[in-house]
Amino acid sequence: MPWTSRPRRCPVLGDGALEQLKREGRIVVVGASLAGLRAAETLRAKGFVGSLTMIGDEPYEPYDRPPLSKGVLLGRARAHRTALPRLRSVDATWRLGVPATGLDMAARRVRLADGDDVPYDRLLIATGVRARPWPRPEEAELDGVFVLRTRDEGAALARRLDEGPKRVLVIGGGFAGSEVASACRERGLPVTVAERGAAPLVGALGGVVAAVAAGLHREHGVDLRCGVMVTALEGDASGRVRAAHLSDGSTVETDVVVVSLGALRNTEWLNGSGLGAGPRGIACDAGCRAFDIRGIVTDDIYAAGDVARCPHPLFGYQFLSLEHWGNAVAQAGIAAHNMLSESIDRLPHMDVPAFWSSQFGVNVKSVGVPSMATDILISQGSLDSRRFVGVYGYQGRVIGAVSFDHGRWLPFYKELIERTAPFPPQFPTVDRHTDGQQPMDADFPDPSVPSHGPTVTLSGYSPADRRMTFTPAH
Amino acid sequence: MTHTLLHQILDYANRADPYPIYEELRRTPVHHEADGPYVISTYYEIRSLLHDPRISSDARNQASAGADPLAESAPEGSALPPSFLRLDPPEHDRMRRMTNRHFGPPHSPHRVDAMRPELHDIVAGLIDGLGDPGRIDLVEEFAYPFPVTVICRLLGVPREDEARFHTWADTLAASLDPDPDADPAERGKGAHEARMQLGMYLAGLIEERRKNPGDDMLSQLATAKGQDGPMTTMELLSTAALLLIAGHETTVNLISNGMLTLLRNPDVLQRLRAEPRLAVPIVEELLRFEPPVQLLPGRTTLADVDVRGVTIPKGSTLWLVLASGNRDPQRFENPDRFDPDRPDIQHLGLGSGIHSCFGAPLARLEAQLALSELARRLENPRLLDDPPQYRQNAVLRGPRHLRIACDGIRP
Repeated sequence: MPWTSRPRRCPVLGDGALEQLKREGRIVVVGASLAGLRAAETLRAKGFVGSLTMIGDEPYEPYDRPPLSKGVLLGRARAHRTALPRLRSVDATWRLGVPATGLDMAARRVRLADGDDVPYDRLLIATGVRARPWPRPEEAELDGVFVLRTRDEGAALARRLDEGPKRVLVIGGGFAGSEVASACRERGLPVTVAERGAAPLVGALGGVVAAVAAGLHREHGVDLRCGVMVTALEGDASGRVRAAHLSDGSTVETDVVVVSLGALRNTEWLNGSGLGAGPRGIACDAGCRAFDIRGIVTDDIYAAGDVARCPHPLFGYQFLSLEHWGNAVAQAGIAAHNMLSESIDRLPHMDVPAFWSSQFGVNVKSVGVPSMATDILISQGSLDSRRFVGVYGYQGRVIGAVSFDHGRWLPFYKELIERTAPFPPQFPTVDRHTDGQQPMDADFPDPSVPSHGPTVTLSGYSPADRRMTFTPAH
Repeated sequence: MTHTLLHQILDYANRADPYPIYEELRRTPVHHEADGPYVISTYYEIRSLLHDPRISSDARNQASAGADPLAESAPEGSALPPSFLRLDPPEHDRMRRMTNRHFGPPHSPHRVDAMRPELHDIVAGLIDGLGDPGRIDLVEEFAYPFPVTVICRLLGVPREDEARFHTWADTLAASLDPDPDADPAERGKGAHEARMQLGMYLAGLIEERRKNPGDDMLSQLATAKGQDGPMTTMELLSTAALLLIAGHETTVNLISNGMLTLLRNPDVLQRLRAEPRLAVPIVEELLRFEPPVQLLPGRTTLADVDVRGVTIPKGSTLWLVLASGNRDPQRFENPDRFDPDRPDIQHLGLGSGIHSCFGAPLARLEAQLALSELARRLENPRLLDDPPQYRQNAVLRGPRHLRIACDGIRP
């Protein structure tokens, strides 16, 4: 981590405003989930003793989401027992069950749905994402149609699976959809997965690896349909879903539908605020400071977690928004630190993206940004055995890696990414197979063709995704 | 004897406190002498190499690399096939996976924890049986018999055979602990004999368990029919031998080093007596501060590998000095201070990567129970020798005897 070895200069204390902020300032965190909680803990750990307000739209204290699509669906964990452990006391005023509805940047106030508003000296936005709903509201409201993002949604789906449905239809074969399908199969439930792309996970990992994922689905008895869209959901007289119609003309009879079409960023409440926030998230600098719509960085508003978009030097300074657990934790720490720091002491968020999934008994891990790649080399293990490491290449350098049941090697590949090592890697490794000697086309779908939402979004556009009138000065 | 750093590591005179030598080593993170191994002593470099797929653990690769001052004390010079400790993937993965199926999650998530009451009974029995409180050898009377009894119960060695099993285990463990005064040929013969007898005993037991399986690990390994197929008898034997040897000597040292450290830090011992749950962070800090496995000597480079600007050529032998990495001031603040309150303690004491300690959950639990019970029951314990007499072995480092006295044993 190069920035930690930087010689420390004497902090510019200015007029003592920072010390005053720490002592008696008001910090508001909107979003009471993983990023919000970890940021609050960091603020306290860094000596902030002023007032701290945590605002969350759900009525629950911060909880962990990964179990919702795994242990909870298998009946091994309970949705209401996934509260995140507290690393330290945060001594905050909790405003739970009350969504934020607006932001007044000039007056430094956050408006709440109950009509209240909360003043701040520093604001952290960690409102995350929500599940993308089924696009037709009347079909989405049928009994038996679920999305899976929140604790309540997890509990409701788990209850329905307990009832032993005749067949579950999962729409979308991304990570969440695949995990749901895996849990259903483990419970012995018949399941159909409808994926618009050529195979599950194809948007995140490319066609070569997606073919392995497809094999896993089929081997575990999933009725996997690829290259199809669900065109309509049909209910019975009592308003309960009974069938889904597919673009290939076929029909799937089902009593539970899990819509797993990726996520929407929770930024609508910022519309009109003047902050650089839009459907792609909130544009920030590498230190998590939010941009306004003019592309000027704010000094009092920060963003962290799924809702943030930060430029990353390792990935061409593209803005990255990441729906990754570790990213939320790391960004929260950086944002909290920077909020309480003089400019010279601020830290950039430069972590290499990383995430994991568990499906069909296989541990899947990834580092870097595979979806940016053009090529892949199977550097260890083999696709046939479904135990392997795939290294992703882009313009002659290593840009990402994925492992199936080979996760303990990934730190090595992370280092290759961090030092922009050449692709394809030329060295021999343990467990190198003959089919891993040459790179091949990673086979990512055309990004302009919609698929399930990838968990990494690359977007090198302007900070605000809204139209602005550009008037050059003379 | 020359006075190169390598020889100083091996020199028994430095066994009681090797840490000043490690400190000197870290000045050259990649240390190389003549045709000896490349010695890596800094935290980040060791951790990196533990995840590096260009580094092989396969004994066959190392044999061809040659030139290793530790090669003579290789623990597995027998006719058994190599255990997964000395294999690379995919063979390693298959063997480790098959073994883990009956030991840890996801298939056996409760196995270790379910042993807690039994471990507690063994600990209690050993403490009850301690002789004259004025003269206790904690190694002989406690730290040594405890793990062997545990591994017997885990593998399913019948109680009546445990004594025989202990004898073989002692002889084998002693062969890992080269005594400069003993005749190496004589010792080698003894170890070979013990290995043969243990092997035959285990083979008989495996046969028996195939016919009448119980719920012990050997039965499960012998009758498993997973996706990887069954283990051959030879694979089973080498796996059982690995569990016995690796899961044994190391735990003895963890417990003995632990008690030694606690007696040198009476305030921590006092806290542990009052709050047994402190055993968890204490054992983690021990694994950093006094790791039972000081260094991993058995790795070989499959390619030229650059470490801190030094190119280690293909085919070189590596020593990864875990105990030195654990005291690297670049990684840990005040690394030479024993501090169970450290908030961040990602030590290398159990290795990392695919060969990270297989028995870690059991070793941790054994050490936690042993130390908290000793703290609770020994009245006013104190060291009779400091430093104690150490074993010869520089790799598996720990006291040969730990003589203590106390005023009495609480019930």
